[in-house]
Amino acid sequence: MNHPDPSPSNTGGIPNRTPGHACAHRGASSRPHIASRRNTGQHPRAPREGDVRIPSGCAIAAIMDRSGKRHDGSDILRSIALMHDRSNGLGGGFAAYGIYPEYASLYAFHIMYEHDQARRETEAYLDTFFMSEKQERIPTQPVASIKNPPDIWRYFAAPHPMRLAASGLDEAEYAMEHVFHINSAIDGAFVASSGKNMGVFKGVGYPEDIGEFYRITDYAGWAWTAHGRFPTNTPGWWGGAHPFTLLNWSVVHNGEISSYDANRRYVEQFGYDCTLQTDTEVITYLVDLLARRHGLSQELAAHIMTAPSWEAIDAMDPRDAAFETALRATYGSALVNGPFSIIVGSEEGLLALNDRLKLRALMAAEKGSMVYLASEQAAIEVVCPDAERMRAVGGGEPFVVQLDSVAKAKATAAGQVNEPRNAPLRHEVGVLPDRHLLRKEA
Amino acid sequence: MLDCRIPRYKVLRDADECIHCNLCVRECANEVHYLSKKTGALKADSMKCVNCQRCTVLCPARALAIGNWPQVDCGSAAWNLPTMADIATQSQTGGVLLASMGNPKPYHIYWEHLLLNASQVTNPSIDPLREPMETRVLLGSRPAHLRVNERARTLAEPLPPQLKLDVPILFAAMSFGSVSLNTQKALALAARELGTYFNCGEGGLHRDLEPFGEHAIVQVASGRFGVDPYYLNAGAAIEIKIGQGAKPGIGGHLPGEKINAEVSRTRMIPEGTDAISPAPHHDIYSIEDLRQLVFSLKEATGYRKPVAVKVAAVHNVAAIASGMARAGADIIVIDGFRGGTGAAPKRIRDNVGIPIELALAAVDERLRQEGIRSTVSLVASGTIRNSADVVRAVALGADAVSIGSAALVAMGCHQCGDCSSGRCNWGIATQRPDLTARLNPDQAAERVVNLVRGWNREIQEMMGGMGINAIDSLRGNRLMLRGVGLNEKELEILGVKYAGE
Repeated sequence: MNHPDPSPSNTGGIPNRTPGHACAHRGASSRPHIASRRNTGQHPRAPREGDVRIPSGCAIAAIMDRSGKRHDGSDILRSIALMHDRSNGLGGGFAAYGIYPEYASLYAFHIMYEHDQARRETEAYLDTFFMSEKQERIPTQPVASIKNPPDIWRYFAAPHPMRLAASGLDEAEYAMEHVFHINSAIDGAFVASSGKNMGVFKGVGYPEDIGEFYRITDYAGWAWTAHGRFPTNTPGWWGGAHPFTLLNWSVVHNGEISSYDANRRYVEQFGYDCTLQTDTEVITYLVDLLARRHGLSQELAAHIMTAPSWEAIDAMDPRDAAFETALRATYGSALVNGPFSIIVGSEEGLLALNDRLKLRALMAAEKGSMVYLASEQAAIEVVCPDAERMRAVGGGEPFVVQLDSVAKAKATAAGQVNEPRNAPLRHEVGVLPDRHLLRKEA
Repeated sequence: MLDCRIPRYKVLRDADECIHCNLCVRECANEVHYLSKKTGALKADSMKCVNCQRCTVLCPARALAIGNWPQVDCGSAAWNLPTMADIATQSQTGGVLLASMGNPKPYHIYWEHLLLNASQVTNPSIDPLREPMETRVLLGSRPAHLRVNERARTLAEPLPPQLKLDVPILFAAMSFGSVSLNTQKALALAARELGTYFNCGEGGLHRDLEPFGEHAIVQVASGRFGVDPYYLNAGAAIEIKIGQGAKPGIGGHLPGEKINAEVSRTRMIPEGTDAISPAPHHDIYSIEDLRQLVFSLKEATGYRKPVAVKVAAVHNVAAIASGMARAGADIIVIDGFRGGTGAAPKRIRDNVGIPIELALAAVDERLRQEGIRSTVSLVASGTIRNSADVVRAVALGADAVSIGSAALVAMGCHQCGDCSSGRCNWGIATQRPDLTARLNPDQAAERVVNLVRGWNREIQEMMGGMGINAIDSLRGNRLMLRGVGLNEKELEILGVKYAGE
């Protein structure tokens, strides 16, 4: 039902995309476009990620050089490998920042294909809306434990300038809409990452095997994050592995949030489509909404997601209390509840955050310009035995690591009021009724 | 004319236990219990009994019980005794049948088909005795996004006015006239103690209640009784009442006999005249008219008070609520068809409107589809009977709930449904001084406070079990609900999965 017409349309709009808000029509009980897309096999099988909600436990780790100097993937590989027992071979992956300096101004799309038809459709679609500078298979090497990997490609591309201008969207919003479209409407294609000068390497397997498969020691970046997953059920496909990404954001997460559906239904109001039903996905959208769209700093976005208690607010002086009360009143549905530790990567650096009650482990340490984060202290010490200032990231206390260049620019910038950039929702600006709905009624 | 009616109840008096104290005679305003003039024996006229249970509760010898009248019906499912009784009454009077309290018919109570979740293994439950567990709710409108100066930690624009509730429970509107002043005083005292709000209904704010203004919501209904600028500014918020769950599409009629000096002064109408609230607001014939009233009230109060709009849950409630949000309402109140009333035409009460569970789910979903749910607050009412109902309502999408009947039951009401007679033996729905004196406001308030505190503890326990430590994360969190005994359409409207899914 969701096969788009990849032929060029006359406008810069996005053909046939199921708008984010339409997802709400379907209710929580069914997700037909995912179910129909992924359940087409002849044989009965376990449900895939996106068909059902799969809780997971995890290991997470990150290494960053604040100076912006680049290092290869061997340290992050050793760090995550040490926490082998925290994952169960059903998902692992890495995000790396600064790995494509020669294409820094272009979107780097990492896309997984289950079959060749998916690649042909996706490339036709990309050719319509983007101008591709380079495209190639991502180099991999065989690893005994990695079975039946998808066909994985990368594209360095810029938005088609006329279509971008005609869309009325800014560049990031334009790219995001098209990524949503590929993921929800092209059968067998999944965009693993879509940022600039960054990329995600992930799949089904233990993280150390995934790292070897992708040859991540061949890349050099100024920041790396890693994820080893312990899902309760098999996610069944590579797209379900983490890090989860959107534009330059990458998120690795350990925990199961109890506020999932409240958060999901909140972000869906702003056009996000939660197709994977994972915590990581909804946390990524929350960060994107608050930091990129609403223009708040990453610290304040994290502060909103782990808001201070009313007890603490009541004890503040009236000015601070009024500020915090306004945040909680406006962004109550962005509060993330239940155990979690997350590391968010972006072009600015890393943001680590624990839930308000500190129900998940997350350690941080430094050495010179290097910053280390990991679920376990040993995973830091294995790569940096003399790490300094080893401490646990506090519950609800955002831990922010910025590139020196970013920190310097922010320190000298004038204190300003944020200017939200809200893209109009499709139901507000559409010209014709949604075609999916029309078809359904017919 | 022959009176064809038969009693509904039978007074059962245990002669062995009765000590002939005659308390029941003194307590019954319906004059059910009496002493035989001939023999002096203690008798009962079951025809007059409404089953308010005042006598059974107070009888010191536990000698009294009320049973069903033993008459069998004709055997027809259609022509059962209540149906026959209604026809008997109506054929003798030619009038509209009156009834009180909420719809008693055996429609689906969806609360009872929604089960709650708890954490096991993959995430921990939270113990409210050891960890903070937040049930505070703010009600009011808010922007979709904030504009702030982060460095100065200041807001670029002030937040619209908010009501602060320490418990997610408000008291529903009950006017002076329909209930006694002591009842309103008890609710006001309880609201102040609990950190929440009572609602004075459409009968004005009695001067004795003005000291409770910070915990009062003042109502503007179609009759505009008691409304002037002083009144509008006397409370913490204003509620425009468009409709009520028990009688959608119907106004109100307080008979002149009930308009005594106090009611007259509070309502600002002459003593002894009927107080008639028209069915519609005659200045609101459309949604754009509502906007004008909302902003008239905001102008009159300097934009310092949130304005709520209350409607009955009717068929198109989702679109109506969306229109209300766009008309400037800060708080949307939806009252389901089982909501109580002091008096309503029986056919209206029993047949008009839809269940609050479905209405609430539909409204929340529609507001989210429109992308405006986060900019308004949503309050649900109409049979919130216990803390689990509160949790379900919040999970379906409500910010808070209103309770009317449950608070009255805490004060002594036994849901006999005879409020409109004005002979409430519990001193609640009456203005007779001898009866209102039976309700001590302080004691009644204590009972209501106990009830809501107990509920709030239970809400905290249930939230903790789900691994949630702030009620914000429960709001609209429908994954915390699973349906049983529901069909697919019901699950779709409620937005919940079936148990086992």
